[in-house]
Amino acid sequence: MDVHSTPPLMTLPDPEQLLEHLYAQIKPRIQENTALVGIYTGGVWLMERLLKRLQTELGHDILFGKLDAAMYRDDYAQRGLKTSAHPAYIPFDVNGKHIILIDDIFYTGRTTRAVMNELFDYGRPASVQLAALINRGGAQLPIRPDMVGADLPLQAHQSFDLAMNTLGRLSLSISESASPAKSGADDHA
Amino acid sequence: MHNPQLNAQGQLQHLLSIEGLPKRILTDILDTAENFVGVAEREVKKVPLLRGKTVCNIFFENSTRTRTTFEIAAKRLSADVLNLNVSTSSQSKGETILDTVNNLIAMHADMFVVRHQQSGAAHFIAQHVPPHISVINAGDGRHAHPTQGLLDVFTIRKYKPEMHNLRVAIVGDVLHSRVARSEIHALTTLGVPEIRVIAPRTLLPTDVEKLGVQVFHNMEEGLKDVDVVMMLRLQNERMSGALLPSSQEFFQTFGLTPERLALARPDAIVMHPGPMNRGVEIDSAVADGKQSVILPQVTYGIAVRMAVMAILGGGNAA
Repeated sequence: MDVHSTPPLMTLPDPEQLLEHLYAQIKPRIQENTALVGIYTGGVWLMERLLKRLQTELGHDILFGKLDAAMYRDDYAQRGLKTSAHPAYIPFDVNGKHIILIDDIFYTGRTTRAVMNELFDYGRPASVQLAALINRGGAQLPIRPDMVGADLPLQAHQSFDLAMNTLGRLSLSISESASPAKSGADDHA
Repeated sequence: MHNPQLNAQGQLQHLLSIEGLPKRILTDILDTAENFVGVAEREVKKVPLLRGKTVCNIFFENSTRTRTTFEIAAKRLSADVLNLNVSTSSQSKGETILDTVNNLIAMHADMFVVRHQQSGAAHFIAQHVPPHISVINAGDGRHAHPTQGLLDVFTIRKYKPEMHNLRVAIVGDVLHSRVARSEIHALTTLGVPEIRVIAPRTLLPTDVEKLGVQVFHNMEEGLKDVDVVMMLRLQNERMSGALLPSSQEFFQTFGLTPERLALARPDAIVMHPGPMNRGVEIDSAVADGKQSVILPQVTYGIAVRMAVMAILGGGNAA
């Protein structure tokens, strides 16, 4: 695994600006057959924000869905089933669609793998791309986001926490865990 | 007192009866089941959670329907399933059960689903299996049938989410019904304020009031203004002695007819654990009517059994 040299006090960007940056990359990729799929929890917030603006600016409806992939995670044998999982919501025919997965923080790539496995149980998409608000580095699989708001390397014992207030405004913070994250930890820490 | 269903961390280790399970565990199972409802509607009706695990359905008492629902649930979780219909003619039953179980353990089974005509059989097996094996009670004697109780409350919660505001009537052969017992414990734990049982005196266990229910011997009184009517099957095969004059007479007094159902709230739902005795405990017009949720119960039953198996089959380091 690669080692990041992060200064102890990182100046955190405004996630609203990162979302703006992500929006600019996603917009030209929207085709007639594109569907946005948010990954719970933060990715669903971002998907809903992006969807609303894209539909307004492009003037047409865009297919969308939400996935949790709790039933596809590779740490089930160690950690069991997450009790706070959300039901999958894929109200369209996946076959032949261009899917853009939307996640908040990209880390190990294990969540993305789980989500793709779940997605393929609904059908065979034409393509799958990944958009992440932040790529924090530390991928453990040959999976990388195609679109990112920012690359912000973080040390293994730290994690980003994306929050949304009641007005829908996003904020970002860093939390520290006592012990360094183990290999195969959650993407979202 | 140590609850044999929970491990040292307070997590579910076996599902033997709803009695004694804390509300948080019941709620976890029901919430998890919500995630499994949609699996059957997808192109691939499977999730990989129990891939590589072996689930053994050990049925000492025949029950095609229950076995089938557990089998489908396990297969939708990608488990391998072994069905054993064990003869009960052996002379020393205790020894036979353990021998059967030990053989299956030697074959590296991971989960047992146990049905037995004697109360306590699943507990007995749970006490003898090594810690990596989970036992699910699929009905033991007159004692418990926890997954049926769970799927019933799951169905109620789907149609009537405000559980703390409900009036529920359980009707029929409560005496022989492990389902009724499991339902009463589940409803009580989840905070349903008013549970009624409606049955002839001969089909009620003594001290049934101690379970926290109101007893009625008259359908017209008992059904008044209820939100949920849970019918029970008249268990002819368990009847010994003259508890009932005849099934026709039972229908006349305790059968659920459209006229009687009209006494309940207009949006009341009708449930039945199956298999139904049409014309004995329930009129066909009700069973097939628009207030009936009997078939959704079957569908939800798979999701609830998947949830139980998925919770039991996973690691617990989290």
